[in-house]
Amino acid sequence: MSRLSAKNAIQFYHKILLIRKCEDRICSEYATDEIKTPVHLHIGAEAIAVGVIAALGSSPQVFGTYRNHAHYLMLTGDTDTFFAELYGKVTGCAHGKAGSMHLTAPERGLLLTSAVVATTIPVAVGAAFANVYQNKKNVVASFFGDGAMEEGAFWESINFASLHKLPVLFVCEDNNLAIHTGKKERQGFRSAKDAVAGFECHYGEAPGHRVDLIHEAATGLLAKMAKDGKPGFLKCEYHRFRSHVGVRLDYAAGYRPKPSAAELEAVDPVLAAKDWVLGLGAKEAALEKIAADIDKEIDASVAKARTDAFPGIDDLYTGVLS
Amino acid sequence: MSESAIKTQIQFKEALNRALVDEMQADDKVFVYGLDVADHKRIFGSTVGLVEKFGPRRCFSTPLSEDAMTGLALGAAISGLRPVHVHIRVDFMMLAMNQIANMISCARYLSGGKLKLPIVIRAVIGRGWGQGAQHSKTMQSVFAHIPGLKVVMPTNPQDAYSLLRSAVQDDDPVIVLEHRWLYDAYGDVDFNFKIPLGKALVKREGKDVSIVTTSWMMVEALKAREVLEKRNVSVEIVDVRTLAPLDSATIIDSVKKTKRCIVADYDWAFCGFGAEVAAQVSEACFGDLKSPVKRLGFAHTPCPTTRPLENLFYPSAVTIIRTVEQMLGLDETDLSGESFYSWENRFKGPF
Repeated sequence: MSRLSAKNAIQFYHKILLIRKCEDRICSEYATDEIKTPVHLHIGAEAIAVGVIAALGSSPQVFGTYRNHAHYLMLTGDTDTFFAELYGKVTGCAHGKAGSMHLTAPERGLLLTSAVVATTIPVAVGAAFANVYQNKKNVVASFFGDGAMEEGAFWESINFASLHKLPVLFVCEDNNLAIHTGKKERQGFRSAKDAVAGFECHYGEAPGHRVDLIHEAATGLLAKMAKDGKPGFLKCEYHRFRSHVGVRLDYAAGYRPKPSAAELEAVDPVLAAKDWVLGLGAKEAALEKIAADIDKEIDASVAKARTDAFPGIDDLYTGVLS
Repeated sequence: MSESAIKTQIQFKEALNRALVDEMQADDKVFVYGLDVADHKRIFGSTVGLVEKFGPRRCFSTPLSEDAMTGLALGAAISGLRPVHVHIRVDFMMLAMNQIANMISCARYLSGGKLKLPIVIRAVIGRGWGQGAQHSKTMQSVFAHIPGLKVVMPTNPQDAYSLLRSAVQDDDPVIVLEHRWLYDAYGDVDFNFKIPLGKALVKREGKDVSIVTTSWMMVEALKAREVLEKRNVSVEIVDVRTLAPLDSATIIDSVKKTKRCIVADYDWAFCGFGAEVAAQVSEACFGDLKSPVKRLGFAHTPCPTTRPLENLFYPSAVTIIRTVEQMLGLDETDLSGESFYSWENRFKGPF
């Protein structure tokens, strides 16, 4: 059950499909070796970024990881700066100096992303601290994977946020894998829920492929957080369709079982979102139009990124200090 | 002269405290936090009165979470605040190196220059009375090595006051390293006097040799200069003050004048900041130099606890005097009548 309108739902579907198609396009372009940056694709996790960020309101502050394409596209919708950054061009969001692992758009609320696990979690807590300090109403979300819960920075951060009642929404994008190692081989605590239960922190869960349920869970947690100021923790389990880094399907490596086609379909956020919007009355033709428009947009952005200029010596030395 | 411009004789720790009070009064976005900043000892007096004056939101002691508390500074800074994070020993700041080296130093660059990072990290350098390997590091060479960080080391109350104020007002991350022995030093402070970051100071003029110093080595150089003056050796002392960005011009101008250079850095000499200065001076002054640039620094060992070994570990005024004598081809001065700084006379432990 969702309080979302059919119009909201179509927008969510649009964003999820945009993210999927951008990631698919990276997969098909990667072999050209023109995208020279390690990509950590969001295929399988698109709905988490879309559902949570849509719940954050008009002035969100989002912090993420090296797996950040969905957050960037959800917050900016800008495929030009996205592909230009991946191609290392001066027209990218950071003039090519960030690449895939550090996409940001501070003006749209994507403040920092990082390739070192758990490093943006305390930074998100700092933003929440600043909001309380200044009576600002921005809502802060900190995205991280299940591996981040093994880092000291996570425990230090949830401790401080709980102690000082800082309204930050911790979002665990849980694919059960730290690169190739499963949680059972890594975690001595029983579950994220049990771990969080020891803190003054709200907790919720939603399946990582269901944007409607993710949005509902995030909205519910944010309402509780607004009431008492405590942080919240949302866990969303999802299936990572590709290798940890790069564009390959790597089931053959043997570290995890290969799902059947039906099993994969059952956890595919695009298919789940499509079923959802069709159930709310959307027409197939309208969805096909959305898909065709996205394809055109991506074609144009990739073509532009390929021909845009690389940054030069001025860019090398710009932006180190103010 | 207005009353406020009259110089006041205060201690280094009071100068730090006054700088924080003045910045917190001038800008309500400034807050001060860290382990023990609000306990009864108040970081050797440097955070006295802040929590009473500005309240627990703007001055608070933290959990033992140096890493996350440094991330907190970054998040607060990019959300409009001006954090001042304090470490009672720079050794404890090593727990925050991930945030410093991986996040704070490059966040602005990776954002394409969009983010501003007005962050100050203060850390105390310990020494003496058995501080040992984990309470006496300096680490300035490591910090100065990382692009995106500014590093200052004040050596007197005026510099402590003015440089800390400049650091808080700066829009870039600034690491302020404060020597524990300097905390009780008195000096005249003009509270209206501004010192920009990135400016070295010719502390004493001279013509025979330039001694380029950081932190406590400035004090040792002053004593060495006093002794050498009796032999008509004229020593110029350049106090680096800001290690990054480095005021190379002031250093090079000094060496071009004296034609001799000793770099007395308060850190390990190997791969240290002193090596950077020596290289820059050698490149810029090669044709002028009458002798090779000499570096002084800590022995390449962890800092030992027992006093006799500690004496061997640290360079001193005596080391400087002997180095100058060698450089100028002079016989060794009889130092038996001289009294050198000894922490037993001033500093009592345990911390």
